[in-house]
Amino acid sequence: MALLLKNARFVDPAVDLDRVCDMVIRDGSIVEIGEDLSIPKGEKLDLSGQVVIPGMVDLHVHLREPGQEYKEDIASGSRAAAKGGFTDVCCMPNTSPVADIGSVISFMKEKAEEANLVRVHPIGAITRELQGKELAEIGDMHEAGAVAFSDDGRGVQSGGMLRTAMDYVKQFGAPVISHCEDESIVGKGVVNEGVVSTRLGLSGWPSQGEEVQVERDIELGELTGCAVHIAHITTARAVDAVKRGKERGVAVTCEVTPHHLFLSEDDISTEYDTSYKMNPPLRTAEDAAALRDALIDGTIDAVATDHAPHARHEKAREFELAPFGIIGLETCLPLLITHLVEPGHMSLDRLVEVMCHNPRKIVGLDPVTLEPGSKADLTVFDPEGTTTVDEDLIESKSINTPFLGQQLEGRVTHTILEGYASLVDGSVVDR
Amino acid sequence: MLSVTDLIDANDLTREDVDTILEIARSFEEVNKRPIKKLPTLRGRTIINLFLEPSTRTRSSFEIAGKRLSADTINISGSSSAVAKGESLEDTVRTLGAMDSDMIIVRHKYAGAPAQIARVCDSVVVNAGDGKHQHPSQALLDIYTLVQKMGDLEGKRVAIVGDNSHSRVTGSLVPLLKLMGAQPVLIAPPGFMPARPDVLGAEASYDLDAEIPDLDVIYLLRVQMERMDGAAIPSVREYARFFGMDRTRQERMKEGAVILHPGPMNRGVEISSDVADSADNLVLHQVNAGVAVRMAIMYLLLGGDMSGTAA
Repeated sequence: MALLLKNARFVDPAVDLDRVCDMVIRDGSIVEIGEDLSIPKGEKLDLSGQVVIPGMVDLHVHLREPGQEYKEDIASGSRAAAKGGFTDVCCMPNTSPVADIGSVISFMKEKAEEANLVRVHPIGAITRELQGKELAEIGDMHEAGAVAFSDDGRGVQSGGMLRTAMDYVKQFGAPVISHCEDESIVGKGVVNEGVVSTRLGLSGWPSQGEEVQVERDIELGELTGCAVHIAHITTARAVDAVKRGKERGVAVTCEVTPHHLFLSEDDISTEYDTSYKMNPPLRTAEDAAALRDALIDGTIDAVATDHAPHARHEKAREFELAPFGIIGLETCLPLLITHLVEPGHMSLDRLVEVMCHNPRKIVGLDPVTLEPGSKADLTVFDPEGTTTVDEDLIESKSINTPFLGQQLEGRVTHTILEGYASLVDGSVVDR
Repeated sequence: MLSVTDLIDANDLTREDVDTILEIARSFEEVNKRPIKKLPTLRGRTIINLFLEPSTRTRSSFEIAGKRLSADTINISGSSSAVAKGESLEDTVRTLGAMDSDMIIVRHKYAGAPAQIARVCDSVVVNAGDGKHQHPSQALLDIYTLVQKMGDLEGKRVAIVGDNSHSRVTGSLVPLLKLMGAQPVLIAPPGFMPARPDVLGAEASYDLDAEIPDLDVIYLLRVQMERMDGAAIPSVREYARFFGMDRTRQERMKEGAVILHPGPMNRGVEISSDVADSADNLVLHQVNAGVAVRMAIMYLLLGGDMSGTAA
């Protein structure tokens, strides 16, 4: 089946491409990019005014299956990913049972194939049941298709345990993904320790609770030679630690969420709205500004949503009791366009790097570029369109987002995997 | 009447609000001295005391206040309610609202609960203490007690001694003291200080002995040994030695200075027995003031009928 994309602006810095022209896709691959192309038969899409980039990858999502399907499952999460323009997602192991063995990894991949909307690359647990005590069967999970290993949801509390894990993981060429949280420092913290914890009478979650593990994990990465990727980085000092690690030649990378880029603790009011409660918490406005600068200058490698669905009744609880996390797949690209691309702070080239190329490199996925011969994984968006964050936008089973009701700039229109659309003109395809 | 329709956060009150509450409380205090302590002011109103955290003094105080004003007050406590059966806070409150209750007075273990309640029902909401956040009626009765005793609070130095980092009393008292022109000073070991006292507008000190001669009021918080997230102090003995009010410290107090305590007191910890029983300690005045001030709060928020208060 042939697919002809006409009049789009194709952007891919990996091949020095930024051009308004046409593209022909056949049998799942890009066959030609040029002016005035045509195909004898097949489907044609007029994408005038729209932008086409290589398919986006979200390194950090929680799909909640197996075990917590009332919040989300792989099928609904796949729909949310397609809606957001993602061709690939990496899902975290804090399911029930935990993905600490190959059979759960295989199950996740099977469910994703059934949904047939997005490629799911499971991340396996580092330790059994995320307890931080015994190594999980990493080899078994790797064979089943796990692309990285993480105890996300929790930080690994023992440095010795993490060192052992890194020494084991590195033989598979995969990275360890670190959720940095020292539980003895953080305790019952629910918001950043400082101005807002004082004002609202809530237990503080100090920045140092994250930073001590960021520093530690980079050091252990250096000691072992294992690649370490810092998940959801939130503070200026943590970013600085990554920068220094990179300067020393340590194989460290990091990701940031849209909410940490664009929100801060100042957004948490006496309404005690739990859609501002996440882990790690929203930090200071200065931290958010430092994260934006670091994303643009290259210190931060990728944007990842940490999509964390929770049921309405769970988030409608007292602030201290509500679970941490917000969804993010559907709003990610419009938020980046609204706050970084449209105002001219971040170029489209850089957007492609942090949403497509860097995430693929970090977890070892096959590269995707806009050139003949490459797999046709594409994200298409209308930079002049708008996205209203309402029930129509949200494909996830859960609607826990602080951006509800906002009007954002940019609209994801098509998501294409190997030539087949999972999203057409903003609607998820029924496959 | 008041600039607010619910009483959730002391930071929402204006100086006029506080003066109004104090004035009305004074007339109710007079009523409380009569043999027949009853006014028809809130007759026919339904007031629910929803106490989801244990309390004796605050709950009795609100209950008596409501009954003195002829309201129909009912008490619901955490363990005996549907909350123990797993009902969500919002559902509990919607149920009460559906019974046409005029006012819900809520004490809750977690900060933000009164604000969340106010969003889901039409009843007037009064915060009787939410987690570590606010306890406005306590702070108001404290201000009332101080004004009765020393008149104008302008320029007075008021120390709050104890676990200020886990205190809803501090959260409410500091802004009200500032409204009245007083200077709050938080005195505690570092582990008991809030992350940002400056954000509250209070001074901070680790040295009670150095501060005592300049203090007009020493407000003692109960040291909640059972509520500590990881014990910021090594022992009761150590705390009492450096921060407890005892006879020696009492003798160094300024002329006319007083001691307040929200109760219940831990004799031998933050206050020694002899100081607890001395005339400088206004704790029983506070309790007495509490009923009058809570009557004033209920009256002002529910707009009752003031006839019958004239002597």
